[in-house]
Amino acid sequence: MHTLIFRTIAPYLASLMVLFSIFVLLRGHNEPGGGFIGGLIAASAFAIYGIACGVAPVRRALYFHPMAISGFGLLVSALSGGVSLFMDMPFLTGQWTEIDVLGLPVDISTVLFFDIGVYFVVVGSITSIALALEEREHA
Amino acid sequence: MAIEPGQAVDLSGAMVLAPATPADWLVVGPVAIPIVTGAILLMVRHETRLHAGLAVAGLLAALLCNIGLLARVLDQGPLVMTMGRWLPPFGISFAADALGASLALVATLVAVVCALFATADIGAVGRRYGFYPFMMLMMAGVGGSFLTGDIFNLYVWFEVFLISSFGLLVLGSQHKQLDGATKYAILNLVGTTLFLTATALLYGTFGTLNMADIARKADGLRENAPLTTLAVLYLLAFGMKAAAFPVNFWLPASYHTPRIVTAALFGGVLTKVGVYALLRTLVMLFPPELELLSGLIAWVAAATMVIGIMGALAQTDLRRVLGFVVISGVGVMLAGLALGTSEGLAGTVFYAFHSMIVMTALYLLAGVMNGLGGSYSLSKLSGLYASNPLVAAFALLLMLAAAGLPPASGLWPKVMLVRASLDSGQPWLAFAILATGFLTTLALGRVFILTIWRPRVVAGPETPASPYLGYVALAVLSLPVVVMGLYPDPVISVAERAASAILDAPAYIGTVFPEGAAQ
Repeated sequence: MHTLIFRTIAPYLASLMVLFSIFVLLRGHNEPGGGFIGGLIAASAFAIYGIACGVAPVRRALYFHPMAISGFGLLVSALSGGVSLFMDMPFLTGQWTEIDVLGLPVDISTVLFFDIGVYFVVVGSITSIALALEEREHA
Repeated sequence: MAIEPGQAVDLSGAMVLAPATPADWLVVGPVAIPIVTGAILLMVRHETRLHAGLAVAGLLAALLCNIGLLARVLDQGPLVMTMGRWLPPFGISFAADALGASLALVATLVAVVCALFATADIGAVGRRYGFYPFMMLMMAGVGGSFLTGDIFNLYVWFEVFLISSFGLLVLGSQHKQLDGATKYAILNLVGTTLFLTATALLYGTFGTLNMADIARKADGLRENAPLTTLAVLYLLAFGMKAAAFPVNFWLPASYHTPRIVTAALFGGVLTKVGVYALLRTLVMLFPPELELLSGLIAWVAAATMVIGIMGALAQTDLRRVLGFVVISGVGVMLAGLALGTSEGLAGTVFYAFHSMIVMTALYLLAGVMNGLGGSYSLSKLSGLYASNPLVAAFALLLMLAAAGLPPASGLWPKVMLVRASLDSGQPWLAFAILATGFLTTLALGRVFILTIWRPRVVAGPETPASPYLGYVALAVLSLPVVVMGLYPDPVISVAERAASAILDAPAYIGTVFPEGAAQ
């Protein structure tokens, strides 16, 4: 779809959607949202960018191959479950700690890292499928 | 009672408070290690040189973990860990008893050998398309299926290894492979859909998915709940996965199409997961229903083994012959399930160990023979004794094992199953097992004569593939075959422990719910 309006707006739209996806990811622990839905939003952002500007710019912008992003997510999720090994607790038990960011207390937990892992798995796999389909369409 | 934001909630009543020692972690290792390795392999997708080493290292670590797990389970009884510390049945439990732990160990051993063999069989293109990540995720699914104590979680692990197996099956994207994969995918999806339907019905009936919880609630619900329906649904769903007659047609339609190492892994491991799930659900959760169905299962078992091996007699492609031998072996395992006695089940478990190793070895042997003779077709492949006597030696040993003849491992489980059938007053089932052994000797003897003894009828490839890696893989797998054949006592005792583990549901329930009647 090489319309001028779409091509002009797509980069802004995509970056807004990625930003929003991170917001959805982070609010997901206690409110609607989370890694899965956040990942879907980010993947749609990349898909829109791909439809507007072609697949090659998306691959360049992502830098890593989508499947590698997916693998990274799986690794983060699996390892976040393993932290509780050192606390004498079962696999996947959430561990919480509070850190100080510029004077503000912020709760950090392995649950959050598990969710970030899910986010990357979804972003990577859905983007990979979407880009493969778009590539075929253009070829 | 609404909880205000920021209000501290005391969750200790909902949690397992006993500390989990590192030894308890052995039960998640066989699943977590392959997942982590698979994830790393996905990240280094382009560095195909690293794949084989990483995969073998990951599987070896999982193998060590499995050995530790089995040793601990045999020493101290079932090992339970409930994820996230939530009390069962709300948290998902992993519960390894002698059955699950021993099968997971043998499956991982087979996978290590396959990963080694694949270093020569799977080239850079296959690796780039993700052979090793798929293999690792498949082994995670298989390990999870053997070790989980939650029936919905069992479904999830089934999906994990099924989806990975689709990926392995189409690796190469040849027309024939896509054809085989379509049949495999559709029929297996029908099976898993049945599994899911049965599980939904079970959840509606019991209100729980934890297997120990189901086992302890079944007696109270038996009067007015459709437990027989559930048992039949599980029999059909897992029978499909195990390739029991008459729902076995996906196996011969697909197992001859993928790369030989994939076929070896599938033929060795996947059908046994179906048999395991049958044992777990029918013997442990629904024993009275199993008794009701035992006549039907006995017929299914006899038909699967006899019709399976007759299929093998009629084939002209080596891989197809082996596919039918796999099916026939499933029939032998179902015979023990039909008997339901401790000795019969021990025979089934022993046969599962034997079948995983021997079927994988036979497929790898077929791969080596194809590398040397240039074909899988029985009308072309020939003259291997003259060119490679060592292949003949491995072939003889493995074919004796598959037929259940001494000195190899197939003898003892068949002896146990025949004796158990005679003890339960079902001599016809014993006869079916013996007749199957005889027909297997014929089917594989035919293969042996045509491919090994017959002088070369068609010129082989100009440069035969180097068989040495194959020899190593076959030697590693032949060792347990010979040891189990000559000195079966330790394996028989493990198999008996496994059988008593599923027959003795109260002990299993007691380890998942140590506080006794909590509800």
